[in-house]
Amino acid sequence: MTMIFGIPIQAFLGQLLVGLINGSFYAMLSLGLAVIFGLLRVINFAHGAQYMFGAFVGYLLLTYLGIGYWPALILAPLVVGIFGMVVERLALSKLYSIDPLYGLLFTFGLAQVIEGIFRYYYGVSGQPYSAPVQLGGGVNLGFMFLPVYRGWVVVASLIVCLGTWILIEKTRLGSYLRAATENPTLVQAFGVNVPLLLTLTYGLGSALAGFAGILAAPVYQVSPLMGSDLIIVVFAVVVVGGMGSILGAIVTGYMLGLAEGLTKVFYPEASNLVVFVIMAVVLLVRPAGLFGRDA
Amino acid sequence: MKLTHLVSTALLAATAMTAGVLSANAADISDGKIKIGILNDQSGVYADFGGKWSVEAAKMAVEDFGGKVQGAPIEIVDADHQNKADIASNIARKWYDTEQVDAIMELTTSSVALAVQGISEEKKKIDIVTGAATTDLTGKACSPYGFHWAYDTHSQAVGTGGALVKQGGDSWYFITVDYAFGHSLEEQTTKFIEDKGGKVLGDVLYPLGATDYSSFLLQAQSSGAKVIGLANAGLDTSNSIKQAAEFGIVQGGQRLAALLFTLAEVHGLGLKAAQGVVLTEAYYWDRDDKSREFGERFLKRTGRMPNMIQAGTYSAVMQYLKAVDKAGTDATEPVAKLLHEMPVNDVFTQNGKVQADGSMVHDMYLFQVKKPEESKRDWDYYTYLATIPGDEAYLSASESGCSLK
Repeated sequence: MTMIFGIPIQAFLGQLLVGLINGSFYAMLSLGLAVIFGLLRVINFAHGAQYMFGAFVGYLLLTYLGIGYWPALILAPLVVGIFGMVVERLALSKLYSIDPLYGLLFTFGLAQVIEGIFRYYYGVSGQPYSAPVQLGGGVNLGFMFLPVYRGWVVVASLIVCLGTWILIEKTRLGSYLRAATENPTLVQAFGVNVPLLLTLTYGLGSALAGFAGILAAPVYQVSPLMGSDLIIVVFAVVVVGGMGSILGAIVTGYMLGLAEGLTKVFYPEASNLVVFVIMAVVLLVRPAGLFGRDA
Repeated sequence: MKLTHLVSTALLAATAMTAGVLSANAADISDGKIKIGILNDQSGVYADFGGKWSVEAAKMAVEDFGGKVQGAPIEIVDADHQNKADIASNIARKWYDTEQVDAIMELTTSSVALAVQGISEEKKKIDIVTGAATTDLTGKACSPYGFHWAYDTHSQAVGTGGALVKQGGDSWYFITVDYAFGHSLEEQTTKFIEDKGGKVLGDVLYPLGATDYSSFLLQAQSSGAKVIGLANAGLDTSNSIKQAAEFGIVQGGQRLAALLFTLAEVHGLGLKAAQGVVLTEAYYWDRDDKSREFGERFLKRTGRMPNMIQAGTYSAVMQYLKAVDKAGTDATEPVAKLLHEMPVNDVFTQNGKVQADGSMVHDMYLFQVKKPEESKRDWDYYTYLATIPGDEAYLSASESGCSLK
């Protein structure tokens, strides 16, 4: 058997693939954060809660209305996105003019409230949610048994990441968005409704979290804690990628997923630390992050 | 002033005489009331394993006891230790030093239980652990006032581990949570497997509360072990089992041993994902009339059936109150002495006996999780497989490594 770094190459490839799958979640979540931070300058601590909310919307749709996975894949991000827009309109928009710290505190508090509500009603051990039958089972790749659903996660996340990147960097709407961040007064003078744009942006960021949530529901237990477990890592991803850099968030998400996957092979005890070690090193060498522009 | 004092003394004496011996003894209850603290995880990965449901169980015990012992009212207080030993220690000290708490119970999470048992011993107070697992509590960290009530890592190793070894599972790989509890559970199970002629091929230690187990499961899968031992608990176990199903671990011919898995986690995971899992519990609601009666009452009150941690907490509170009642005082020494002497017979267990090391020895039961189509009603989750007699399930006082005789 061919060995690589003392472990069989099959196991090594398997771990890389698993890392890529986790990286997909990191990429999608950090993408949402980067969009919100890049365009609104809001550090959205409610992102983890919105991810969890997305998973719960899927669970609730199935349990109470009998609506399955495929419609939920559209409906869950929609519900979370609308919720995000309502929050932005009613509260967050009032905070743009003052210190960004207030936005951070507000979203942090919001996350606690959402989590608390779900914890009160559903406990922490989570709710069952199965993958759709079409994506059940798995394929034997020779070096590992790949559950079809996990493969789907990678594909779906790539599509969503690419789509979002194109939307913001390559379309007219995206150019309005970027311009509105650069100079809101001027853009407004051209007749563009800037507050509406910002609301839509927060809605988009939240919807991305909701989409990651429904995608995660069949993999992890649908639990009120699922967001807070992940959010800190995702923030580290954003920092490593460069705050606000959309491409940076996507690429770093996949990269750190791989790095974490490899750590789980060589020294699993440190698997929850490795991301932060990388973050510290990157900050020392490139304070603006890997893809960030030096301020 | 003197006159009022005289009159009040006379009045007191008169009431004491009319009320008889019982209320005369109320003076022996410190601060005029019994206060029991339930300290556990109420918001983290173990919040359904024990959590606020254990607090409800404790309150039920107080109500069933009549709300008073020796004429003194009984109060339950509770707090969330967030699975952190330092937070738990601060709460325990505050409770003992300034809030007149007489005993602390439940104590899910081994690291927390070890810390609080140390403080309890230093303060000469009783603690009864139902939520934590490590046998060190009745081994090298034993206390004359510390008790271990519901289960321990040894009972789980013998129960679940024993069943799988018996069925030919002689090579194991462990996925172990990286703290006192996981280490203890893996060590006990390893010892048991090796004694029976089996072998352990390897293990992987992961940090508490991890969400993705696929990497560890792949390592376990490629080890070729017949059994993958999950030395974890709560949400961690649920996630491990759910993801093992995804990766076709069981289809591939390997078996999963959830060494600590209770009704709460089965409920959260659902029968579809949990079916076939073999587990060991001290209590299951649908076992006999007494357990059913308690289970139904608990269900009515909380909307869920209790697991062994919650039913065990009911039992611990009840037994403590019985001991205080019998001793006629809440002073630690006599109550601890009675707790060591009195047999335990209640909804939780029959003929339980407490050893010198504080371990409550009682029968454990081996169950298998039902298939979805076998379940006839909500919470109908287990098929009974076997009884593990208390003497086999628990280490004897001489084996436990405790210096107390």
